[in-house]
Amino acid sequence: MKEELFISGRDIPNIDPFLNIWHWQIPLYLYLGGIAAGIMFFAGLFTIMGKEKEMATTVKWAPFLVPIALVLGLFALFLDLKHEMYFWRLYTTVRMGSPMSWGAWTLMLVTPLSMIWSATYLKEAVPNWNWKFKLIEQTIGFFTKKRREMAWAMMFLAVVLGVYTGILLSAFNARPLWNTSILGPLFLVSGLSTGLATIIWMSKNKTERRIMSQIDIVLIAVELFLIVHLFMGFLSATAVQVEAAELFLGGQFTVTFWVFVVILGLAFPAVLEILELRGFHIPIWIPALLILFGGLVFRFVMVEAGQITRYLY
Amino acid sequence: MRYAMAIDTKKCVGCSDCVVACQTENNVPHGYCRDWIVENVSGAYPIVEIELRSERCNHCENAPCVRCCPTGASHTVEGGIVMVTHDECIGCGACIQSCPYDARYSHPDGYVDKCTFCQHRLEKGQNTACVDVCPTKCLHFGDIEDPYSDVSLALKNRSWKVLAPEAGTKPQLYFLT
Repeated sequence: MKEELFISGRDIPNIDPFLNIWHWQIPLYLYLGGIAAGIMFFAGLFTIMGKEKEMATTVKWAPFLVPIALVLGLFALFLDLKHEMYFWRLYTTVRMGSPMSWGAWTLMLVTPLSMIWSATYLKEAVPNWNWKFKLIEQTIGFFTKKRREMAWAMMFLAVVLGVYTGILLSAFNARPLWNTSILGPLFLVSGLSTGLATIIWMSKNKTERRIMSQIDIVLIAVELFLIVHLFMGFLSATAVQVEAAELFLGGQFTVTFWVFVVILGLAFPAVLEILELRGFHIPIWIPALLILFGGLVFRFVMVEAGQITRYLY
Repeated sequence: MRYAMAIDTKKCVGCSDCVVACQTENNVPHGYCRDWIVENVSGAYPIVEIELRSERCNHCENAPCVRCCPTGASHTVEGGIVMVTHDECIGCGACIQSCPYDARYSHPDGYVDKCTFCQHRLEKGQNTACVDVCPTKCLHFGDIEDPYSDVSLALKNRSWKVLAPEAGTKPQLYFLT
């Protein structure tokens, strides 16, 4: 039995023949949010562990990138809006049923927090820095004493932010590829891993890099496990989810996903990191760059492929 | 009160009059439409079957577009009609992603637009434009909680289906088969 479906009289831009309403802005935003979450999580963690001196890049210097990443990500999100002059409507209401709403509020907390965090380390980064106004000086001084409390908040909010980048997609029941609760943890782990890659790339301290590489290998293993789990879930689910999985198992996204995300973005950098730990000399930027690139491709592929998948009727 | 529509797939000839009537009534911009015709051909030649469906927003009882809207622009009004407040919509596209029926589109002016069940006509006691214009009278509209409404009577002695019931949206377009 062959079944064919024709939709006549409809050719709406970005809806027909395939839904394509979200372009590069959304995956870029999810990517930058993930990196920011990763850096913040480890900055918070090693502060709580009292390792500010040993892990200086993780705790002090890498977090300077967080506000930049968040602001760029928010700007990308702003560009995605089609009715952008009304964006402030996001902040006149709280809607718990909408991941985008609580994501917007999370960013409203995370962005200033990351800025304050970096401000407390600014004097160490630029020795001659002068805040000029006494009030600012005192405020920063106050927060400098509260770093430990801020570290806890950062860790918690980093997890919320990281999970949110996945839940933003997984909450859409209408897109079978996204509609799996594993996307939250998967995007969180991927975000932590890209954050770590950034830290490893920046760090000049061998011990620090060593610790971070070890954590990264574990994260990559978890991520690979979650990806296998993702496909196991799809293949044992409904027809629409089996079809969604087939986009990656022989369909149009197969090569992009398995070559650029899984092999070059996860497996190969993990092998390089293991070899480096064993004493081989490998330039640190190679695995770091591969992980960062793989994470970016992963988000582009997921957003693009998810929009194609739909219910059949 | 719960507005619903029944579409007789055996009577529909796919003339697209409902589409044009809607575009005219609601000033839908050129190249866009709030309702459309689906021709579903099944079988293997020479034994084939065709189902014609006039589709539009399902005004779901469990509307995912209302749930995922970050600003509350998408909301449900009396009678279960799902509406979009233009100056609350930020154009983020979340509702478009959430709709299993692809019933929403991004209006060239930025906000998201969709079928309103011609609420402005219902207020005046009129039917929706598509129902009024249908030459084969295959569209039935009304309050599904009223047993004598046009839609309830149309559903009474006929078998019907809804689209993608597995999506859990409780759609309010009933297709008579």
